[in-house]
Amino acid sequence: MAIRVIVQEEPFDFGAEAEGFAAGRTDMGAVVTFTGVVRDVSGTLETMEIEHYPGMTQKALEKIAAEAEARWDLGEVLVIHRYGRMGPGERIMMVATASKHRGHAFEAAEYLMDYLKSRAPFWKKESGAAGTSWVAAKDEDEDALSRW
Amino acid sequence: MDLLYFAWVRERIGLPKERYETEAATVNDLIEELRDREERYAMAFSDLSALRVALDQELSEFDAPLAGVREVAFFPPMTGG
Repeated sequence: MAIRVIVQEEPFDFGAEAEGFAAGRTDMGAVVTFTGVVRDVSGTLETMEIEHYPGMTQKALEKIAAEAEARWDLGEVLVIHRYGRMGPGERIMMVATASKHRGHAFEAAEYLMDYLKSRAPFWKKESGAAGTSWVAAKDEDEDALSRW
Repeated sequence: MDLLYFAWVRERIGLPKERYETEAATVNDLIEELRDREERYAMAFSDLSALRVALDQELSEFDAPLAGVREVAFFPPMTGG
């Protein structure tokens, strides 16, 4: 079982990451990837700035990944999350999970997403024609944790 | 100890980090002290339901004890993903 967690400012190569993930593993029948993209909700977004807590981010993500590993039968887990400034349509983050069976890979990927949305120390700030504002956490993001 | 502020908490208080010596027993006690310091702290800490706290880089609760803690971080609910 291998967990890889990467926190970086620069863009990542989704194609290369997806291609290399669990490459050569012949015991994994299912690979799930999820990618989060900067969405222009209002049609006026120019940039999204993601702040994070450098000392805590890596540890928090590793803890979430380790928890997923303990709950599902996973062969590999990858989490990449960016910080800094990015534009609409840019990839913010990705998770990938590999398992013998698809059920575990899908569920673990959803679990990772639910937890890193509200338990990893990232904060989004949007700037555009409508001004600048911090993205508020949604109650449904917190509620999503209760199903696990 | 070091106090760290992120996102709009950092903006309201006007700095990302400061050294602070305190005898406060819990996070709640520390917040009471900070509120009494200056208006900008009172504003930042006016609604605790909009705040989260981490002690030595682990998410924690407002009633948690501060004994031995070296780094306290205050920030709004997280919005990753």
